[in-house]
Amino acid sequence: MTSYVAVIDYGMGNLHSVASALEHAGASRVVVSHDPDVIAQADRVVFPGVGAMQDCMAEINRMGCDRLLKAVLASAHQPVLAICVGMQALLEHSEENGGVDTLGIIPGRVNYFGAGLQDEQGQRLKVPHMGWNEVVQTSSHPLWAGIENGARFYFVHSYWVEPSDPSLMVGSFNYGVTGCAALARDNLFAVQFHPEKSHLAGLQLLSNFLTWDGICL
Amino acid sequence: MPLARRIIPCLDVDQGRVVKGVNFVGIRDAGDPVEIARRYNEQGADEITFLDITASHEQRDTTVKTVERIAREVFIPLTVGGGVRAISDVRALLNAGADKVSINTAAIHNPDLVEAAAARFGAQCIVVAMDVKRVSTNDEPPRYELFTHGGRRPTGIEAVSWARKMAAKGAGEILLTSMDRDGTRDGFELTVTRQISEAVDIPLIASGGVGSLEHLADGITKGGADAVLAASIFHFGEFTIPEAKDYLAARGIEVRR
Repeated sequence: MTSYVAVIDYGMGNLHSVASALEHAGASRVVVSHDPDVIAQADRVVFPGVGAMQDCMAEINRMGCDRLLKAVLASAHQPVLAICVGMQALLEHSEENGGVDTLGIIPGRVNYFGAGLQDEQGQRLKVPHMGWNEVVQTSSHPLWAGIENGARFYFVHSYWVEPSDPSLMVGSFNYGVTGCAALARDNLFAVQFHPEKSHLAGLQLLSNFLTWDGICL
Repeated sequence: MPLARRIIPCLDVDQGRVVKGVNFVGIRDAGDPVEIARRYNEQGADEITFLDITASHEQRDTTVKTVERIAREVFIPLTVGGGVRAISDVRALLNAGADKVSINTAAIHNPDLVEAAAARFGAQCIVVAMDVKRVSTNDEPPRYELFTHGGRRPTGIEAVSWARKMAAKGAGEILLTSMDRDGTRDGFELTVTRQISEAVDIPLIASGGVGSLEHLADGITKGGADAVLAASIFHFGEFTIPEAKDYLAARGIEVRR
């Protein structure tokens, strides 16, 4: 199986970390681009994201990355990995920046953790949710191969994803709420954490993505 | 609490070389920040902080190139600080592969820089670094103020209110260094650490004074820090990152293994 990867670039900052982690995990070639022809030729596609949702959505729409991503997902033969804000952008609506309509590819919402967040013991939890948290693998999936259930991944976010259809969730985290750490549908796998910053567990997930055929189970 | 407390080794880098000394067995070039960062990555550090202490602004290209080299090999978060004065500096470091950029003196001269940087790049990647010293006498309630120029120049700014202001401006994290303790190996200044940790909702990294593993634990349990930063205890090979994590875990602190 070949592993030529296109990382969709919609101009929201540094994508080198994702690209170099993919190379380290064994990708034969990684390109960072928003050119539809380049992305169409790739074996697999990464949809990353950093920064504020309003700016991200403005750039995604301005550069036509919304249509591009929908076309890739519909093609079924290209596995797609969405990361952090890239995952959040797939939902219908985010509470960030006073409320932003997002791509609507996955039914559901993106919620703010909220002030006064507490754990079960009543301890105050800080926002952003920043650091290494345990990811519970709520469903089996090829991208979890070789990763211990409960392994820690690096998170940094203030908003969390809540898909309308809970069966799409394949991984969860707990931080005052039980949030969606990973969701999967057909050739799409989306994660709230940063695999490119999650050391060995993250590199294993990226390596799994590079050999995934795009089929859930 | 499921979120692990973070252990962050800090590299003080001058003109592309780690200073304050490093003594890893097996490292050929003791001052190469890339090799040292790779070693900490392999040991299981939760994050790496790179502080550029180069005096002249002309050396910034060296920093950017070094950050690029580290980012290609280190797959944990990387914070870079030192000499960040403008949005263009933040952008250059993020583009080079930094995950977070730390702003210190420039935030004092221009607090709106923090706001502008957080709005442009996201709060998650903007760290505000504060160098503080105790200014009250032993008879008075403890009061701490910000200092610049390595702790030599007072600003008159009270530390807790400053931390609140920076959080309100959009900082995603506070890196708090006690200049009274830095380099002493006497442990963190726990009083100000606790004051600020309780005052803000964003995570706090404690820094300055670590000389033992107990100090790391105290920063978390007594200081309320979300992460602890240290340089010399790791650089000189006194303790490895796994040893530090074993110790914290034995004290009942959540760590990533």
